Amino acid sequence: MSDAATSPPGEQLTVRVQKRFRGESDSQFTLEVQLAVAGGFTILFGASGAGKSTLLDCIAGLQTPDEGTIAIGETILFDSQSRVNLPPSRRSVAYLLQSLALFPHMTVEQNVQYGLASLNKADRDARSGDVLESFRISSLVQRRPNEISAGERQRVALARALVTLPRVLLLDEPLTALDAVTKARILDDLRAWNRRHRIPILYVTHDREEVFALGESAIVLEEGRIVAQGSPHEVLQRPQSETVAQLAGFENIFDCSMTGSHPEYGTMTCRIAGSTLDLEVPLVRVNVSLPLRVGIRAGDILLASSKPQGLSARNVVDGTITSLEQRDMKVIAVVTCGPAFEVHLTLGARESLQLKPGARVWLVVKTYSCHVLQ
Amino acid sequence: MIIQALTLTLRLAIMVSAILLVIGIPLAYWLAFSRRRWKFLVEAIVSLPIVLPPTVLGFYVLVAVGPFTPLGRWYQALTGHSLAFTFEGLVLGSVLYSLPFAVQPMATSFAAIDGKLLDASALLGASRWRTFWRIVLPLGLPGVLTGLVLSFAHTLGEFGVVLMIGGNIPGATQTVSILIYDQVQALDYATANRTALILLLLCFTMLAILYGLRRHGGRNLWEWR
Repeated sequence: MSDAATSPPGEQLTVRVQKRFRGESDSQFTLEVQLAVAGGFTILFGASGAGKSTLLDCIAGLQTPDEGTIAIGETILFDSQSRVNLPPSRRSVAYLLQSLALFPHMTVEQNVQYGLASLNKADRDARSGDVLESFRISSLVQRRPNEISAGERQRVALARALVTLPRVLLLDEPLTALDAVTKARILDDLRAWNRRHRIPILYVTHDREEVFALGESAIVLEEGRIVAQGSPHEVLQRPQSETVAQLAGFENIFDCSMTGSHPEYGTMTCRIAGSTLDLEVPLVRVNVSLPLRVGIRAGDILLASSKPQGLSARNVVDGTITSLEQRDMKVIAVVTCGPAFEVHLTLGARESLQLKPGARVWLVVKTYSCHVLQ
Repeated sequence: MIIQALTLTLRLAIMVSAILLVIGIPLAYWLAFSRRRWKFLVEAIVSLPIVLPPTVLGFYVLVAVGPFTPLGRWYQALTGHSLAFTFEGLVLGSVLYSLPFAVQPMATSFAAIDGKLLDASALLGASRWRTFWRIVLPLGLPGVLTGLVLSFAHTLGEFGVVLMIGGNIPGATQTVSILIYDQVQALDYATANRTALILLLLCFTMLAILYGLRRHGGRNLWEWR
């Protein structure tokens, strides 16, 4: 680990790997990705079975790619051509698993100092003291993992991983089990730590809020391939694949066929499959014959209790409320007009429109609220 | 007579469990973590003494240490006498006979350790050796202790293998169980009863300590469970 301590900040993790792996439901996929991760947070998105964990395992050395290279800065961790394959213990990669894998028979302090075996006791104490302080767990040193809270265990696992001064940090949905406040506090501390160290952090999550809170860049994996890459804002605002769409919160996704294009207006019309409902959507292609998918956020749809007039929105459809359900401070309405739309409303909107199941309503959807997915 | 047989039996049991501790732990580790295809063969061989009649095992060991095999000849050349009908021969036979009782609980407890902990150890820079000493052994300790006690108790009570390899030489190969057999043969039931009772109490005490440790001492030894 001594070379890690002196390595200059701003190192890049570069990965180009190919590996066959088993996805969900036993189907075979090939993970085939090429990416460069700079210092700071990079979010790795994808449905389960998309290959996220396989990718992290390859970087950490727990799995061997069929082909490719993995390097941190100038250090080659894996190269299929020159047959380099460093074992996990020599990669300087910290990998935080969802299960945390704290050693149950050791105290917090012993856990945190586990990776510092090469240092003498004084250095060990100094290093672990530092990181225990950064993650606010100095008071827990004599406890065992089963005697502390879930959030504290999270902090211990982070401290244990970071005390070795790794050159890359991999996090596999480490915070999913925590409540929002605890999570936010831990992320603050992690961000503060990384302001000083600037190592590449690859962070796997399903949580859209986390993407915006953390991500400086985001990568979307689908069936082993990168389907989108860029700033979280770019990736989520202009979703192009279904994985992104679901992650970006498209409650409504429709299979459509294109029925006409209006290049002069920059729009096209498409018909939702199995219905007579036409939507006007932004023009993205000219080839009429191909099927396409349209995603609409439930929060982007307006509801009117009488037929609205004088609107700029091009899609106004009448339908019937079939269910109305309150979840937290949000009302979720399902409106049927051939296909069913999910619409999110505030409590106030439900009250002032006096909405109830069975009521006739008009759906209003702007053209630019319809996102064509590929 | 009883004291002599008892000391010999205890000496045998202690030696056998000490040897089994040394060879059992690596063997159990290999059985728990190896991904070799032919691992099942080794598993079958290790478990063989459980189903094999002790006389069969004893017979083969007797043949193996006799003057007709390289092993027997090598030992004879080295020490000047044969392994058969000696205390050392008993140790060899007992080690083989008690092998599954030591290895199986150890292997089971090693295999039950969460693989993520071993990954975590490696990711923190630990060698396999260090992972073994700091993670596998402490977490598998209950299984190691069980294996140790079981092989000790099993050796105390063995009869068939001892009879085949060691015969019945007081002070050299006469264990308590053989002595009891001898006494019954001589129709000396009163003495046989006393000897048997000693063995019974000894075995019971061993097992009581084992299970007591697991239950009570568990709080100190295996606090995290």
